Amino acid sequence: MENKIDEIKTQVKYTAKDFASDVDVKWCPGCGDYSILAQTQRTSPDFGELKENIVWISGIGCSSRFPYYMGTYGFHGIHGRAAAIATGVKLVNPKLQVWIATGDGDMLSIGGNHFIHACRKNINLKIVLFNNQIYGLTKGQYSPTSEKGKITKSSPYGTVEFPFNAIKLADAAGATFIARTIDRETKHMQEMLLRASKHVGLAFIEVYQNCVIFNDGAFSHLTDKETKADNLLVLEHGKPLVFGANKDKGIKLDGLNPVVINLNDGVHSINDCWVHDEFDANPTRGFILSRFTDIPGLPTPIGVFRQFNKPTFDGDYMKQIEEVKSKKGKGTYEKLMFNNNIWEVN
Amino acid sequence: MAKVIQIVEDVTVRFAGDSGDGMQLTGSQFTDTTAVVGNDLSTLPDFPAEIRAPAGSLSGVSGFQLHFSSKDIQTPGDTPDVLVAMNPAALKVNLKDLKPNATIIINSSAFDSKNLRLANYETNPLEDGSLSGYNVIPVPLTQLTMSALEDLNLSTKEKERCKNFFALGLMYWMFNRPIDITMRWIETKFKNRPELVEANKRALQAGYNYGDTTEIFTTRYEIKAAKLPKGIYRNISGNEATALGFVTASLKSGLKLFLGSYPITPASEILQELSKYKEYDVITFQAEDEISGISAAIGAAFAGALAITTTSGPGFSLKTEALGLAVMTELPLVVVDVQRSGPSTGMPTKTEQADLLQAMFGRHGEAPLVVLAAQSPADCFYMAIEASKIAIEHMTPVILLTDGYLAFGSEPLRIPKFEELPEIKVNFRTDPTNFYPYQRDENLVRPWAIPGTPGLEHRIGGLEKRNIYGNISYEPENHEEMVRVRKQKVDNVQKVIPDLVVEGEQEGELLVLSWGSTYGAIKEAIENIKSKGYKASQAHLRYINPFPKNLGDVLNRFKKILIPELNMGHLAFIIRSKFLKDVIQLNKVQGRPFKVSEIENKIIEVLGGKNGK
Ligand SMILES: Cc1ncc(C[n+]2csc(CCOP(=O)(O)OP(=O)(O)O)c2C)c(N)n1
Ligand code: SF4
Repeated sequence: MENKIDEIKTQVKYTAKDFASDVDVKWCPGCGDYSILAQTQRTSPDFGELKENIVWISGIGCSSRFPYYMGTYGFHGIHGRAAAIATGVKLVNPKLQVWIATGDGDMLSIGGNHFIHACRKNINLKIVLFNNQIYGLTKGQYSPTSEKGKITKSSPYGTVEFPFNAIKLADAAGATFIARTIDRETKHMQEMLLRASKHVGLAFIEVYQNCVIFNDGAFSHLTDKETKADNLLVLEHGKPLVFGANKDKGIKLDGLNPVVINLNDGVHSINDCWVHDEFDANPTRGFILSRFTDIPGLPTPIGVFRQFNKPTFDGDYMKQIEEVKSKKGKGTYEKLMFNNNIWEVN
Repeated sequence: MAKVIQIVEDVTVRFAGDSGDGMQLTGSQFTDTTAVVGNDLSTLPDFPAEIRAPAGSLSGVSGFQLHFSSKDIQTPGDTPDVLVAMNPAALKVNLKDLKPNATIIINSSAFDSKNLRLANYETNPLEDGSLSGYNVIPVPLTQLTMSALEDLNLSTKEKERCKNFFALGLMYWMFNRPIDITMRWIETKFKNRPELVEANKRALQAGYNYGDTTEIFTTRYEIKAAKLPKGIYRNISGNEATALGFVTASLKSGLKLFLGSYPITPASEILQELSKYKEYDVITFQAEDEISGISAAIGAAFAGALAITTTSGPGFSLKTEALGLAVMTELPLVVVDVQRSGPSTGMPTKTEQADLLQAMFGRHGEAPLVVLAAQSPADCFYMAIEASKIAIEHMTPVILLTDGYLAFGSEPLRIPKFEELPEIKVNFRTDPTNFYPYQRDENLVRPWAIPGTPGLEHRIGGLEKRNIYGNISYEPENHEEMVRVRKQKVDNVQKVIPDLVVEGEQEGELLVLSWGSTYGAIKEAIENIKSKGYKASQAHLRYINPFPKNLGDVLNRFKKILIPELNMGHLAFIIRSKFLKDVIQLNKVQGRPFKVSEIENKIIEVLGGKNGK
């Protein structure tokens, strides 16, 4: 049976067009969401799933309009609850590949509880978090990822709160595939989406997404030609952490402290650099990597921070059902209703 | 000494003790045995919200009332004939409820100065003559239990714990019932602790023997089996019945059952019960909160399951926003609200019927859905099936209201044959030709097209839909049309629900109209007033939105309408506004069900001198 399905899957040849719906896309011109949609449609044919088995689920926000634009099954939920809705879908039909499109406000603010619990349980869901560090749909209030001191419509004197670091949060909560990418890095994003699609377990991708209207340029230091090379660190498994326009800077671990080294200073060489291991079973280095964005002077990593395999919630749940069935036999009405303490009236 | 056996028709017993004394267990064991000997019965457990109030204190008293009879009965009884009081606090709390002359079996070992002080007794009621109006039988239950277990290698505490089985044994003797059902129960319950099996069985037997041998007990009672309709019966509580109703609905529909829920008193047992049934493909998702519970259920409905969510008051409030989504997406979803007393945390273990208006209207926007209410513990079984059937066949959320009294109370259920239960038709759409997600059939029901079906890929969600096509539309006229269509779709359910039945005269002076768990008390009250020469009829609503189509008609056939409710007048409010008809209210909000006498007195008052004519 499995083989037969796999065969069908490979026989069907989709193109990006098959994954577009007939709904007009209505984000602001220039919004980073367009790129995420395009990369998703481009890579969907390679997700290895029949189109009818893919479901996109979202909460509320600009980003959460995403399912309407995909040619798959889709469900636009209520604010913050996408992970909960997706859990119901996945448990009822584990064969479906269930994706979540969500925003930083949607998933990390009102939906924070559902997010951490979905990660904790390692439900086989793929979460794409569109992080524009602002509330777009409600027109420009700060979000739980806005940097401290940010001036917005609801913080005219600057925020006095610290932001969430989504990667750190997902990792701490138990996600088993954790990655970051940027709307402008189209090839990179495609790779992340594709790899998330193949991961069995909770895959979390944070996408830095430019909101042209309310937070334009929030990530320009990572996307502009002049500044990008010095600020962006592309993580690749088995490769040393090297960045800079001329690949002249590296990251060295000094105890548990990451430090930037100059590879041309005659003292350091590439051999001193930390070599990235996505599959490191020890969470320490992944945690250190996730903290880079909290430490001034360090570049922002994109790529897969960590990935590992662990039993999934839906997988174990179905296993338990099968085990009970094989022990007790399939349930019948008679077994259900006629228990020990019955009596007959004639 | 020879003991007299007296045949009685009908007895109400209340077991009362400290929350640590195992009174709920004692009561439910007595119930199971009583059920098996074929009496009709009805129970009312009553326990404190605190898991462990200080031992011996008034706030820690836990009670279990059981009414059993050789006749058909409807309620757990107004006033106990027998009270088993395990300590002074239990006596103090329960004394006022007893019948004059009631028998009180008192654990005299517990009437020491400390316990008397904890119960605020200044003098010992066993000695000060204050119980002279009762048939008091002091039995040193603790002491007798201890000596029966003397040679066992158990701690004093463990031995003392067995005293409830001693009391139970004594009651089994008194009411002439077999002890082997409880013996078997003890064996399975403590199967990993053989020494506890021995201790509890011994205490039970010792209690029974004590009744037989001691001179204090001269009379035993016998209650003949009730003449219930032919069939196979089991005793069932409302929560258990609700759970089994849903499993049955899943068998009837062939759908997987999905429950998304978060524990809350008094609804938790439904989650616990359903989590046992994995071999029925029942998926229970204990969510991180109520919002997640209902949202997961909505996802499950989208994916093609019979989706339910269960909760009580505060949790029901949390589900409100998601309910609107279920209305908008027109998915089948059953929400069970086991009502408890509110507002806020209120009195968590006490019953109330004050969520009706929330069920009817507690959503933003125009968000009509189907509202049903179960009328007795066994009826929860049927209403769970009915709620599932309507949700699935009409693609609408359905709220099923039960309450704490139904949830914990129990009565015999005649187990219907599977074929006697209604079919549930599931029509998954599979044909992609001319498919639109909001296409409608003659009842305005849209198709259920589930992910995984080739060619039907579509998107739904909370944004307003263009009728038929289902794409997003903010067009003003379309919105109004959709509001009307959604309302009409729910109103159309009226076509398939049964007419309201009037019990008694079909027209006349007084109709008692009611809903939910008050059914039994009203029925008994009306039977009682008949014997006093008064006349009134009863009509009980199990379908509240939409109402049965003949409701207006029924109301117009009576001069006066009395609506007893465990709230400040929710149904009365709806009836007045819908039918422009005045009604007389009888409201009680004490966290307790109606007593039959309270309803009886009100009916007589309303009928005045007219004597029902
Ligand atoms: C219960 C509820 N509260 C508040 C809102 C209003 N609301 C809609 S979207 C949003 C924030 C969206 O921000 P984000 O998730 O970052 O998405 P973006 O629009 O930036 O893509 C808020 C507060 C709502 N729809 N529902
Ligand atoms: S408001 Fe910002 S996030 Fe929303 S569509 Fe416009 S640019 Fe995109």
